Amino acid sequence: MVPDRLPTRLTQDSRTAAGTGPTSGTGGIGESTPRPDGTLKVTGEFAYSSDLWHEDMLWGHTVRSTVAHATLVSIDTAEALAIPGVHAVLTHDDLPAPVTHYGLEIRDTPALATGKVRHHGEPVALVAADHPETARRAAARIRVEYAELPLVTDEDSATAPGAPLVHEHRTDHHSGHVPHPNVVHRQPIVRGDVAAAAARAEVTVTGEYVFGMQDQAFLGPESGLAVPAEDGGVDLYVATQWLHSDLRQIAPVLGLPEEKVRMTLSGVGGAFGGREDLSMQIHACLLALRTGRPVKMVYNRFESFFGHVHRHPARLWYEHGATRDGRLTHMRCRIVLDGGAYASSSPAVVGNAASLSVGPYVVDHVDIEALALYTNNPPCGAMRGFGAVQACFAYEAQMDRLAARLGLDPVEFRRLNAMEQGSVMPTGQRIDSPAPVAELLRRVKARPLPPERQWLTAGEEPDVRALPGGLSNTTHGEGVVRGVGYAVGIKNVGFSEGFDDYSTARVRLDVLGGEPVAVVHTAMAEVGQGGVTVHAQIARTELGVTQVTIVPADTRVGSAGSTSASRQTYVTGGAVKHACEAVRERVLELGRRRFGTYHPAWATAGLLLEDGKVVTDAGEVLAALADVLAGEAVEVERVWRHRPTRPFDRRTGQGDGHVQYSFAAHRAVVEVDTELGLVKVVELAVAQDVGKALNPLSVLGQIHGGSIQGLGVAVMEEILVDPATAKVRNPSFTDYLIPTILDTPTMPADVLELADTHAPYGLRGVGEAPTLSATPAILAAIRDATGLELNRTPVRPEHLTAHLTGTAGAAGTAGTAGNGGCGRTR
Amino acid sequence: MRVNFTVNGREQSADDVWEGESLLYVLRERLGLPGSKNACEQGECGSCTVRLDGVPVCACLVAAGQVEGREVLTVEGLADHARRRESGARGPARTAAGPGDPATGDPPAGAPWADDSPAGDGGALSPVQRAFLDAGAVQCGFCTPGLLVAADEMLERNPSPTDADIREALSGNLCRCTGYEKILDAVRLAAARQERGRAAPHTTGTTREGADGPGGPDAPGGLDATGGPDGPDRPNGFDGPREGGR
Repeated sequence: MVPDRLPTRLTQDSRTAAGTGPTSGTGGIGESTPRPDGTLKVTGEFAYSSDLWHEDMLWGHTVRSTVAHATLVSIDTAEALAIPGVHAVLTHDDLPAPVTHYGLEIRDTPALATGKVRHHGEPVALVAADHPETARRAAARIRVEYAELPLVTDEDSATAPGAPLVHEHRTDHHSGHVPHPNVVHRQPIVRGDVAAAAARAEVTVTGEYVFGMQDQAFLGPESGLAVPAEDGGVDLYVATQWLHSDLRQIAPVLGLPEEKVRMTLSGVGGAFGGREDLSMQIHACLLALRTGRPVKMVYNRFESFFGHVHRHPARLWYEHGATRDGRLTHMRCRIVLDGGAYASSSPAVVGNAASLSVGPYVVDHVDIEALALYTNNPPCGAMRGFGAVQACFAYEAQMDRLAARLGLDPVEFRRLNAMEQGSVMPTGQRIDSPAPVAELLRRVKARPLPPERQWLTAGEEPDVRALPGGLSNTTHGEGVVRGVGYAVGIKNVGFSEGFDDYSTARVRLDVLGGEPVAVVHTAMAEVGQGGVTVHAQIARTELGVTQVTIVPADTRVGSAGSTSASRQTYVTGGAVKHACEAVRERVLELGRRRFGTYHPAWATAGLLLEDGKVVTDAGEVLAALADVLAGEAVEVERVWRHRPTRPFDRRTGQGDGHVQYSFAAHRAVVEVDTELGLVKVVELAVAQDVGKALNPLSVLGQIHGGSIQGLGVAVMEEILVDPATAKVRNPSFTDYLIPTILDTPTMPADVLELADTHAPYGLRGVGEAPTLSATPAILAAIRDATGLELNRTPVRPEHLTAHLTGTAGAAGTAGTAGNGGCGRTR
Repeated sequence: MRVNFTVNGREQSADDVWEGESLLYVLRERLGLPGSKNACEQGECGSCTVRLDGVPVCACLVAAGQVEGREVLTVEGLADHARRRESGARGPARTAAGPGDPATGDPPAGAPWADDSPAGDGGALSPVQRAFLDAGAVQCGFCTPGLLVAADEMLERNPSPTDADIREALSGNLCRCTGYEKILDAVRLAAARQERGRAAPHTTGTTREGADGPGGPDAPGGLDATGGPDGPDRPNGFDGPREGGR
């Protein structure tokens, strides 16, 4: 059925002008132009996916498994179906198509569980009802009988002889080369002669590190609205990071051709990787198609913790050697990522962890292994930093320990070994654009330190807000010590390993009311990063217009790829630029046809579009755009790709796998209440090279936001999974803490703009690099303050006070889960 | 049950409200005011912050029945609220702001919320809304409505907050995108503009460059890429935009 009236508040065109006032610039690239969606966002009018409404709409709800690994014995839906207001209950048996599974890289995830459940919170059944509370109550009346199975929760249990297989009959493209069916993917990298180099080492440092499971914790929960269409298809309005990837996974499970599943991006309340996989998309569509009614689904926070993948927790074993004069000789490492029950993007995370495991340092002799496990823990996949974060935490701890052993300043030691343009990665790839690692470190170190004891006030009482423990009033400065730590990291930009990473842009130049207007249409998911702002800036720069309209992202235009991997300004920005250039050529062609005979410059001069006019490169005005177009609109759609990458060799890991690298460095200053184990991060200084800041204010927003997500996983954020049951223990904002404004330090930022000549405008992807080095810098500062070894993150108070309370070993060991054998198979 | 209350200055009634329904649900689903956001439904995130008889509350934790006969202010009413507050504080004569200058796009003088912001909204925003846009405090924007209501309430109580005051007042509002640095800038900016607007109401919005110049008192510190007023120093290699220096 088709509703009588169109859905309201589903999408908004964003009309944006360059700015107001006589001193405004042109609104082109390099300026901090305002967000086109900004006014709607501050007035409360911006329609997020959870705000959608449709006449006659029903509310969907998901029934999720209450155990982590079990055979599904039976599902009894009769009682739920009998509740007034319930319109449908669906289980796996109701799926309409032969294709019942989906997945980003490996189609291993059932749309609804069949046969067994593999993790706590796996979707088992769906309800649609006329009120969300009715749907919730009906869901509670669905009786699911489970027969629990033995759990696989870590490397030991996953690879033990006779270990239960999380997926019994793998046929995916990694299944042939992994050492065990519970290993999703494994990537070794070997280069040089590690044994010989190790023999030359005068100092060797080994360490074992544990990285906790972090949640993206975007504030806008998973949500969307599916509207059944007259042609038997469905219109889906949803918050996602990648419309076309969703579409490719959704349509087969619905048994529909892709053209009958029309997707439109709704307002997205943050993403950070957590919306790269599907959540409620298929479910809402199934319910809508079954009931013939629009169906809205909105997760609450509890469900959101089960509704998306998390950052892979990891165990990392490292060995570094160095000569007495501070040169790295070799590195061995083994990185074990817990991918949880389904593959998600684990293979790509493995590739990143392996290829970036050495950090931004020159090490000619390496022996690297990274792998991801299938376990019955929550599925893990994309989160900002994507495999590089875990490695950075470990290699930066190693750098500090090496420096200490050598008696060198930790920053000087890093600078001695820092990579630069022309350096060679462990994969054999030569860095062919600026890599100012030493300079970034120099800049954060050169900053004056924040004043000591800032809690002291003119009066007698200290300002406890400036102390560890804050308004809990736990200390007035007694037992508080300061520490300073440094870290630097390397992140790839864009999709790697031979992936065809392209984007599409449709740009139209029209004259409306006498004024030229550019209309930009892409499928790029604006998730908050400000891509829509940048697209408008590019259009202004390339087409010389003031007014730009950003058309809502949907699947009526070609794929833009994912809003992830720090890639959208590079790739979709590149596509918009490319399409604008094509529009400009057509406009000039029109101009030559119409006016070429009147002025020789049309044929001979370099021509530009500026301020609504065609001008020569000498500044002479040839014609107004309105006259050139003369009522005709010019529209062009273009696909744009960055330089191709290559897969890593399965055995040696060699290959030009990444298109661009991004670097950031942090200096953290912390104050620790050593008696209670409370940490206050006093300042987090950052320096990053961004190539070219297309929108400086947005660049800073990425740097600050990324840094604080790194702070979160340093001192508070961790999804706790009970090792005995594989159940999530803290799925709420009461128990999973993310930084508040009181937990957040000042963040002086130093932004370098060293152009990468291979990238549009010389830009370098920004979003992820600052998330890498914030965490190890804070850990280093806490170690500096306390003298403790601290090999796991996040650091909790008990890790800082174990030596006082006599708690066995918590401060120095890698973790508490019992698997101490990270390096054991070597 | 039926619940009668005032929302953003208007009498409203909601019918068929369940006993368990929250004020947030009634606002969003029954009254068509989805500006207040639901991000945790347990009072941890502040995304649903509204004012109940002037006091900031998490609307998700207020039972709808509790608001019977009371006054609620949401983000949708924030600009009107600020306008009324200013006219109350400064006398009726000043509400008669003249028309803006259509030639320059300048907003009307005399309205402190109609500062010469690049947002170019013609003065429809409250000072704190405008400051969030100008300072870059909005990314995904999901936390923004709650933060705006909380920040506006704080500035009402405390027109010249210290950084520590701002942090304390906004500590119940989670933001996952910005790292809060630009939110601090925005509140500082709103406070500075508010102060200046009260000091010289008739020239507000027209004298910024002359009076303050680049980096003047309303310059949000972080816009030049340093840590802002509570950062240790300011200039560095990144020549970001500065308020007043466009």
